[in-house]
Amino acid sequence: MGNAAAQKVPFWLDPKKRGIVFQIGTVCMVGLLAYYLISNVLINLEKQSIATGWGFLTKESSFEVGESLISYSSADTYARALLVGALNTLKVSFIGIVITVILGTVVGIARLSTNWLVSRLAKGYIEVMQDIPVLLQLFFWYAVFYETFPSPRQALNPITGVFLCNRGVAFAVPAAHPAHAYMLAALVVGLVLAFFLRRWAKKRQDRTGQSFPVFRVSAGMVVGFPLLAWLAFGAPTAMDVPKLVGFNFTGGLTLSPEFFALLMGLVLYTGAFVAEVVRAGIQSVSRGQQEAAMSIGLRPSQVLNLVILPQALRVIIPPLTSQMLNLTKNSSLAVAIGFPDFVSVANTTINQTGQSIEGVALIMAVYLFFSLSTSAFMNWYNKRVKLVER
Amino acid sequence: MEQTSADITASDDIRPPVASIGVIGWVRANLFDGWFNSLLTLATLYALWVVVPPIVRWVIIDAVWNTTGAECRDAAGACWSIIATNFRFILFGFYPYDQQWRPLVAMLLLFGLLYYSQDRKHWTKMLGYGWVAGLVAMGLLMRGGLLGLSSVETTKWGGLPLTLLLSVFGLTAAYPLGVILALGRQSRLPIIKWLCVVYIELIRGVPLISLLFMGSIIFPLFLPEGITINKILRAQVAIILFTAAYIAEVVRGGLQGMSRGQYEAAESLGLNYYLTMRLIILPQALKIVIPPTVSILISAFKDTSLVVIIALWDLLKTSQAVLSNPEWMGFSREAYIFIAILYFLGCFSMSNYSRRLERELDRDRP
Amino acid sequence: MKKWKLSLVMIAVVLLFVAGPALAGTLDEVKARGYIKAGVNGGVFGFSMPDDKGVWKGLDVDTARAIAAAVFGDADKVQFTALTAVQRLPALQSKEIDVLCRNTTATLTRETTNGLNFTQVNYYDGQGFLVPKKLGVKSAKELGGATVCVLPGTTTELNAADFFRANGLQWKPVVIEQTAELNKAFFAGRCDCLTSDVSQLAAQRSVSPRPQDYIILPEVISKEPLAPVVRHGDDQWYDIVKWAVFALIEAEELGISSQNVDKMKNSTNPQVQRFLGTSPGMGKALGLNEAWAYNIIKQVGNYGEIFERNVGVNTPLGLERGLNDLWTRGGLMYAHPIR
Repeated sequence: MGNAAAQKVPFWLDPKKRGIVFQIGTVCMVGLLAYYLISNVLINLEKQSIATGWGFLTKESSFEVGESLISYSSADTYARALLVGALNTLKVSFIGIVITVILGTVVGIARLSTNWLVSRLAKGYIEVMQDIPVLLQLFFWYAVFYETFPSPRQALNPITGVFLCNRGVAFAVPAAHPAHAYMLAALVVGLVLAFFLRRWAKKRQDRTGQSFPVFRVSAGMVVGFPLLAWLAFGAPTAMDVPKLVGFNFTGGLTLSPEFFALLMGLVLYTGAFVAEVVRAGIQSVSRGQQEAAMSIGLRPSQVLNLVILPQALRVIIPPLTSQMLNLTKNSSLAVAIGFPDFVSVANTTINQTGQSIEGVALIMAVYLFFSLSTSAFMNWYNKRVKLVER
Repeated sequence: MEQTSADITASDDIRPPVASIGVIGWVRANLFDGWFNSLLTLATLYALWVVVPPIVRWVIIDAVWNTTGAECRDAAGACWSIIATNFRFILFGFYPYDQQWRPLVAMLLLFGLLYYSQDRKHWTKMLGYGWVAGLVAMGLLMRGGLLGLSSVETTKWGGLPLTLLLSVFGLTAAYPLGVILALGRQSRLPIIKWLCVVYIELIRGVPLISLLFMGSIIFPLFLPEGITINKILRAQVAIILFTAAYIAEVVRGGLQGMSRGQYEAAESLGLNYYLTMRLIILPQALKIVIPPTVSILISAFKDTSLVVIIALWDLLKTSQAVLSNPEWMGFSREAYIFIAILYFLGCFSMSNYSRRLERELDRDRP
Repeated sequence: MKKWKLSLVMIAVVLLFVAGPALAGTLDEVKARGYIKAGVNGGVFGFSMPDDKGVWKGLDVDTARAIAAAVFGDADKVQFTALTAVQRLPALQSKEIDVLCRNTTATLTRETTNGLNFTQVNYYDGQGFLVPKKLGVKSAKELGGATVCVLPGTTTELNAADFFRANGLQWKPVVIEQTAELNKAFFAGRCDCLTSDVSQLAAQRSVSPRPQDYIILPEVISKEPLAPVVRHGDDQWYDIVKWAVFALIEAEELGISSQNVDKMKNSTNPQVQRFLGTSPGMGKALGLNEAWAYNIIKQVGNYGEIFERNVGVNTPLGLERGLNDLWTRGGLMYAHPIR
């Protein structure tokens, strides 16, 4: 009987079959829409005789890019110009994220301070920065930079070796010396040794219960090895001081106003959000945890490292990841103030080649790649942090 | 015994030590408990002392309020004249000068509706109709062409009304789309789910500016020959598509917060998918996510400033146009601060409201 | 239920914005619509810029108004859209605008691979450099190591790269897409030099806070014929735009101005009669009213008037006619015969 009833059910009342039909319908609709749009594009491209394809990537770009991490000239290809832009995006995002995390942590802790004045100030900062569009902040800092600072010939010189003018900030940096390569190598060796030391110390502690001053020893290695390398080369102290030659400063390290304004705007804006994330994370660890940890005799540093941080980080990391991604995506606003990031270079490319579809597709692909790889990394890290929870 | 206790209350009406109550007590407890905090307070006070007076001098004392640009250049403080002289262009852009009362009325209408809608007691069907009527009236006021109002092309819309238009319509249209996407992502049908996941992750992975570029440069190529869509609407569509993906993620949070029992109860009542969602799940899930939805509204409001990059005359662009006038060149700080204050007022009132709502909803929960 | 109503509202809103489907040619579309959609720069004083009441002014703006006068007999039937450099060509290709009057240089690739047609040049220009006097620079060859403000995505950007490369000079570009923002940055001292078409440099200098502090260097490093642009494949519309510009030039040559145009209607000169439509035929050939040229001159003026009003020596720009003078006075402005 049940069998007969099941057979009688018409297919549109069977959820499974209905689901299949519904899905096929959706696929058909999406497919049709895609077909319609793509055919329109093809017709339009054909009619307006707009060039298509990726051939332009290997052509000579013939335009200059303001700042570059790799060597580039207008005789290079579009592909290289775009690479320059992508590296600039990475540069500003990476530096921005590092400073933002530091700033956000400080402000987040300040927000929880028992000191009324400090916590109010932190609150005011968070409120104001969160509520002003980041693009407006970029324009503001850019305008402040070039409207306030003097021309290079009257550059401000607040500290020896640092020059402030409307062309940017020029720093003195140590002059190139073979010792630097060895110092870098020593740093890497120190870091690797510190990593293994930590693992060894943890194993030993698990086995014997004896703790080892890992932090102090590793810090000593990480700082000490490069220092030793530096001393071994006779402690070179020559500095490459920026000098005014012709129109601009040469030598040293110059940060352009565009870069500075972009960094400033992104960091101040995102920092406010990160501060809220950090505050929420710290507040999520109940006071009892801290009291319990202290009552079993852990030192304050151990309380922080072993009890508070592992729990707070679990709460902090997912929203922090999305803030990092926001910063990376917002760095695309560089195009508005003329920092040659990826969007800016791609924009020029679109303009010079007329191939807007390829250009916008590239922009999307590159940011998707950045976003997906950052979230993949952060997910991996999040999982590692999660293991602490037993 | 009784005597003694009465004695004590009467004679030893002991007041707590002066140093732990009143202003002094508060200051001690909040600013000077322990050497570290005292040091911090002093350092902060010193920093404020260094920073605040020059700012106050620049903003208020030395500022000029109603002069020409040339006089401004001689002033030591801020030149607020740039706002005073140009505020109508900054606020309304190219909207015909003698018709600017229309966007003003439209904006007041919007603010009135928003203000009235704050109270959850007013959330009735009538309010819904009120909003529909209000939005239509606003559109009519802006566009004209009826009831003796002269027609004003959308290319002349600018300034604050454009900013508000982009954010209000952006959210009202993105909301249903976001809910559908969220439902799709939770769906048991693999293809639907997969499509929604791809859409949401794709949009959330790219910056808004790339979508705006797409809307402003590529989108016309997607349309068949002869059909064109207004530049403002194209930017609007980009903002809607962008916001919808973020709303979808927020709503998904609400959906995941629903207990399995709710679905099962609905199923046992014999409700189908549509009715389950409409009567049981969504009303609860959407209520949970009201506060995060307001923060999406805030960021959508801020994000509308990006349309300046594709040359729409929003609030930011009109102020930049004023700044490129030789008379007012060089007063960017004043103009940007003014715009920042407008944005701040908007966002701050919304985020305050969201916090209040969050408290109310928390209280309501059993 | 509510969602259903909401979508109705949305549809209504969409209908408010979407233009109806197109008719056959651009002229029919324009006539049906009742106004011309023109793309302009929006940030160049003297060429196209809104004044403080939001009214568009400039040489490019007047060119577009002349087209409107020819088509509708009313120069005000133009809707201006400000476009960035990257938006201008797609906007025209996608029919968002009917004609682009945005100091756009005619080049071979634009005319071929971008599917555009450049009509008659309304301004002959060349690229130069604007520098502050106090730098003490006398020639562009001395600009080695300079920071140069330049609009991205323009022929200007490419010419500058070519120039510095050819002369073996180092330089650092600062590229900002919004013309107004770029100029603001230059006059605040962000760059040592601003490079653009000479007319634009003059325009930007004239509206800077202290024009006397800046000089335009003598080198002109490129040819920049700036012309209104239309889409490929609509010859009638191309003709109208081209001959509207010719009419401006021809009127100056014939001595017809907005002041004397009514008097000239009684002229016995057959050229003038054909021009003003008193002896008919020309308007019909273009598919326009016979008074097309009369309307242009009456409402907008001849080329000389437009030039002097917007960019000439008595304006803040103070530009000489130079290449843009009539051919009879040694310039390049040479209208084809209207007959």
